[in-house]
Amino acid sequence: MVRGETQQDPLNAFITLAEIPPRAPGRLSGITVAVKDNISTRGVETTCGSRILSGYVPPYDAHVVDLIRNEGALIPGKTNMDEFGMGSSTENSGFGPARNPRDPERVTGGSSGGSAAAVASGMARMALGTDTGGSIRCPAAFCGIVGLKPTYGRISRYGLVAYANSLEQIGPMALSVADCSLLMEVISRFDARDATMQDRPYLPRLDGDIRGMRIGVPAEFFGEGVDPAVADRVRKAISVLEGLGAAIVECAMPSMEYALAAYYVTCTSEASSNLARFDGVRYGPASDYKKPWHEAFQEVRMQHFGPEVRRRILIGTFALSAGYYGKYYGKAQVAREHVREDYSRLFQEVDLLAGPTMPTVAWKIGEKSDPLSMYLADILTVPANLAGVPAASVPCGTVQGLPVGLQLTGRAFEDELVMNAAYAYEQGVKA
Amino acid sequence: MVSEEEVLRIAELADIGIGKEELPPFTRDFNAILDYFAVLDRVPPGEGWKAGIANVLREDRVTPSLPQEEVLALAEAAEDGYIRAPRVM
Repeated sequence: MVRGETQQDPLNAFITLAEIPPRAPGRLSGITVAVKDNISTRGVETTCGSRILSGYVPPYDAHVVDLIRNEGALIPGKTNMDEFGMGSSTENSGFGPARNPRDPERVTGGSSGGSAAAVASGMARMALGTDTGGSIRCPAAFCGIVGLKPTYGRISRYGLVAYANSLEQIGPMALSVADCSLLMEVISRFDARDATMQDRPYLPRLDGDIRGMRIGVPAEFFGEGVDPAVADRVRKAISVLEGLGAAIVECAMPSMEYALAAYYVTCTSEASSNLARFDGVRYGPASDYKKPWHEAFQEVRMQHFGPEVRRRILIGTFALSAGYYGKYYGKAQVAREHVREDYSRLFQEVDLLAGPTMPTVAWKIGEKSDPLSMYLADILTVPANLAGVPAASVPCGTVQGLPVGLQLTGRAFEDELVMNAAYAYEQGVKA
Repeated sequence: MVSEEEVLRIAELADIGIGKEELPPFTRDFNAILDYFAVLDRVPPGEGWKAGIANVLREDRVTPSLPQEEVLALAEAAEDGYIRAPRVM
């Protein structure tokens, strides 16, 4: 198996190229749907972008994989990603970074960067990504495509290799809102194997009519760290929505001050527990069973986990440890409650919130060298995960030739409304 | 400030292993991240994880498991229907 940049895959969008055939004809017949490599595919290697799962071949399909294959989709392969979803650029992949189709010297965003690059370059018509703190919306914005992080509980996570269970959702990515909406419709069928799933399938309603819709614009979404040129582009996009009949309401979301810290404490804590299973015993590269337990585990984990994964396990272990639990994990959960309350309060006055998806355009590969500066790039996307509400990124033009995303966030289980507003914008700028 | 010794101890607890040359940069980044987390000290009081969460329960249902041979085939050190693991003692 040749990995990295090849003639067939110059952007390194895929970790594994494979033609997984459809099982029955349906609404996705004739359509290629690339699948992120943390979503299990029976008989096809699933690495999560990590060398610790090199050679791991799942004995079962994820529920979403079942659903798309039963609707006629052909899966062209498993897409590149930051190791276990930990990153915002796909540079943390154990198999080399993916490259942005708009400028191969730049990152795709992450962690579903391979999915975004595959769709944006035409290697797949649609893709599945996963979003724990922005991992669908960030690469959608950076590569100029549409992506939706669905409401928590709307898509089965059965077969998704867990990183931070309370935050992550599988979601659709595509060039157009209609395609993204179709894939969302297919994957939202109920599955009792995910105990957090609710039987509330997505029923698309793309008429593009947003007259009378109230759209809130929190000042904090345009705060410190947001590139003024990006802010300007997004404000112009919001005025397009206004031109289509929506009422724009200036508002405030004070919990943004600590949302990012709450997110990183929560996701690293959950990761430190979830990733304990990767010990080289049941699957993946074997640990040396002749050695003592801890020594053998440390050896295999140090050798096969990348630095960012080990850093997050370290932070999470610390945040949950006796003496620090209250200061970090406990406080983060209180902060999370305040983020939820901010959304509830705002959604009594408005139907949607709008702002930039990312504070900047795609950066150059290798440009961000310290972990904290990479974390700060997620400031605008993590609040939706903390509250479990749906959020989409829709392309809204470029800054210096690089795509900018407009982020639309809605009430829980109103993914349909979010997608309809995205559709209205997409059609509005086309007209 | 978290010291290199503390980072080493946490790495030990988490079974992730840490190389000698990695320890200074890991400690530096760890402290930069903890400094950022200090913003949580300004969070107003609240209930935290208890807020708005309810258990969803159902009766247990027995369904077939994955075939034993398929699962054992994933482990590099399987033997007589078991998986060999490093020694505990």
